[in-house]
Amino acid sequence: MGANDHHESFPWKHIIGFLLSLVLTFAALWAALSSGLPLKTVIVIIVVFAVIQASLQLFMFMHVTESDSGRIQTFNMAYSFFIAVVVVAGSIWVMQFVL
Amino acid sequence: MKWSEFFVTGEPLIYAADVAIVLTMVGIVFVLTYFKKWKWLWNEWLTTVDHKKIGVMYIICAVLMLFRGGVDALLMRAQLTAPNMKFLDAQHYNEIFTTHGTIMILFMAMPFIIGLMNIVVPLQIGARDVAFPYLNALSFWLFFFGALLFNISFVIGGSPDAGWTAYFPLAGNEFSHGVGNNYYAVALQISGIGTLMTGINFLVTILKMRAPGMTLMRMPMFTWTILITCVLIIFAFPVLTVALALMTFDRIFGTQFFTMANGGMSMLWANLFWIWGHPEVYIVILPSFGIFSEVVSTFAQKRLFGYKAMVGSIVGIAFLSFIVWVHHFFTMGAGPAVNSAFSITTMAIAIPTGVKIFNWLFTIRKGKIRFTTAMLWSLAFIPNFVIGGVTGVMLAMAAADYQYHNSYFLIAHFHYVLIAGTVFACFAGLHYWYPKMFGHILNERLGKWTFWLFMIGFNICFFPMYFLGLMGMTRRMYTYSADLGWTPLNVVATVGAALMGIGFIVLCYNIYYSARYGERDMTGDPWNGRTLEWATASPPVHYNFPVTPVVEDLDAYWVMKKKYGGFQVKEEDLKPIHMPSNSGRPFWMSVAFFVAGFGLVFKWFALAIVGALFIVLGLILRSFEDDDGYYIPVDEIKRMERAARKGA
Repeated sequence: MGANDHHESFPWKHIIGFLLSLVLTFAALWAALSSGLPLKTVIVIIVVFAVIQASLQLFMFMHVTESDSGRIQTFNMAYSFFIAVVVVAGSIWVMQFVL
Repeated sequence: MKWSEFFVTGEPLIYAADVAIVLTMVGIVFVLTYFKKWKWLWNEWLTTVDHKKIGVMYIICAVLMLFRGGVDALLMRAQLTAPNMKFLDAQHYNEIFTTHGTIMILFMAMPFIIGLMNIVVPLQIGARDVAFPYLNALSFWLFFFGALLFNISFVIGGSPDAGWTAYFPLAGNEFSHGVGNNYYAVALQISGIGTLMTGINFLVTILKMRAPGMTLMRMPMFTWTILITCVLIIFAFPVLTVALALMTFDRIFGTQFFTMANGGMSMLWANLFWIWGHPEVYIVILPSFGIFSEVVSTFAQKRLFGYKAMVGSIVGIAFLSFIVWVHHFFTMGAGPAVNSAFSITTMAIAIPTGVKIFNWLFTIRKGKIRFTTAMLWSLAFIPNFVIGGVTGVMLAMAAADYQYHNSYFLIAHFHYVLIAGTVFACFAGLHYWYPKMFGHILNERLGKWTFWLFMIGFNICFFPMYFLGLMGMTRRMYTYSADLGWTPLNVVATVGAALMGIGFIVLCYNIYYSARYGERDMTGDPWNGRTLEWATASPPVHYNFPVTPVVEDLDAYWVMKKKYGGFQVKEEDLKPIHMPSNSGRPFWMSVAFFVAGFGLVFKWFALAIVGALFIVLGLILRSFEDDDGYYIPVDEIKRMERAARKGA
């Protein structure tokens, strides 16, 4: 409870977050479909946009700064990051032999 | 599409199943109408958000699915008993081993575990419900309709037939026409969403809703294992969600993620499947460890030995479970560096697991053991699971795995860990918590019959398979020639499977018998239990605890009994209790998921869109809903407490 409990007059944070998410998503789509950039550049752009959007959502929608259980939040995010690295880097390493 | 393609035709077994399904449905409708129970069904069950009722529904589904998966198993054993049998043809056999695997893992083991955790966890931590009761109902109904969608495939459209792992390219459009594998992709997706929400729900429940005084290191071991299981669910299931979505796109919309042509990567499916799949096996085994810990400590009448080491080893197992997945496909060709790394991490899992085994043994040591049915399952688990674990370490050696891979040696190994681990735990938990669920005890004499029949049958069925594997018999072959010399061991295995089937029938009879004649549990604490669920009445009143219990140590209820002679409730301490309202929306939203899923399976997109619109409608209605639940007044609590404790 606490900080999340009060109702703002208008949810500006959510609207801005939502619009920025849409912009980032469509920008990624454009980069992939019609930018004409080389494949590697496209992948880098998409990954960068994804990371920005993930952090955006953490602050705009998930109230990451408002919680009183900071240790749990930090641990959660560190562990999520670890799993993401394991899944992505691990898959690339494992599938190297067919790439 | 012609009707003869829509319904599965041409198999006498299927026609018999059609008749059985129609008769059962007519029977259910008749009984509900005759006894005027429709309203009762809707108000008490379909719209409930009570964690105990949701748990009971999970377990009922799990037992039904155990029957379905068990019949699949018996059909396979019948076909393999003698060489060159003509009982099932190759296609039918493929479908049956596929549905057997998928159903047993996702629609039997998972709901059984989730059912027990629904019933027990809020009670063990002294809470009145889960953190998000509405979400909990939605989780259940999504699981239910996902399972239903998967199960109708064998009479409508045809079952999936590419194995429970659904490896590409076999499971893709290039090699699997028909709708069978569409069912796999869509049904697993729907029930998977439900599971993911359960994971979040129980993580929050356990972290936020523990009774005052219950620090993390005072939590009962079962609750600890569920907490860690939730972490596994939350991190593993999204991988399945994504993989299944890609599979759905490939199969239904013609994308090329896992195809052979156009730059698709068929082996990536195996990789993604097992990134989810290996944590998944720990999702079903860790709660089992928790159940055994509770049962062993209760019936050895001792505090659990090495509590902190137990917690540490669960966390260790959970951590390791995410970095071992390649051991499921050592033979795919990733090379020595990859295989060696994953071989070492896999063997490392044996260390925390070994720690746990020794902790159970030391808990039993010098205990005053009561050999109840639940305890028998737990004691049998230890040696049987060790056989499965040791052969697992053998399989973990990448070089040796080239010999064992996809042979019956592997089949024997994972049945020894999954049956001796998870299934034994489900039966132990069922017997142990049955009085808490229904207010009467499952008959012990019949329970022991089930135990001996099933446990002996299990060993007769699966032990020979290790040797069949070493003799060269491979997984998923539907028949074999007589001169291979496999016949005697196959006959033995079939006899064992039949014994397991008889054990299951005795269990079902026991449920009926105990409902009619079973000993009623008036105390709420039939086993002299140690944790808070035994402080409530059996079955508990729907708000669980009239006042929130205060926890002073591990084994909270045991301490209460020793210090205060039980859980003391003073009437002047009662306050109005806040409870969540029932809702029919989780049910009809899940029906909408089912309709949308069915439309996707058959590529009837108009139907899929209609279903999807109702899902969105449900989400919108929920967003604007202003229902904060209701309060039970103190007088009402007093009346209900007296009624529940009558005769205590």
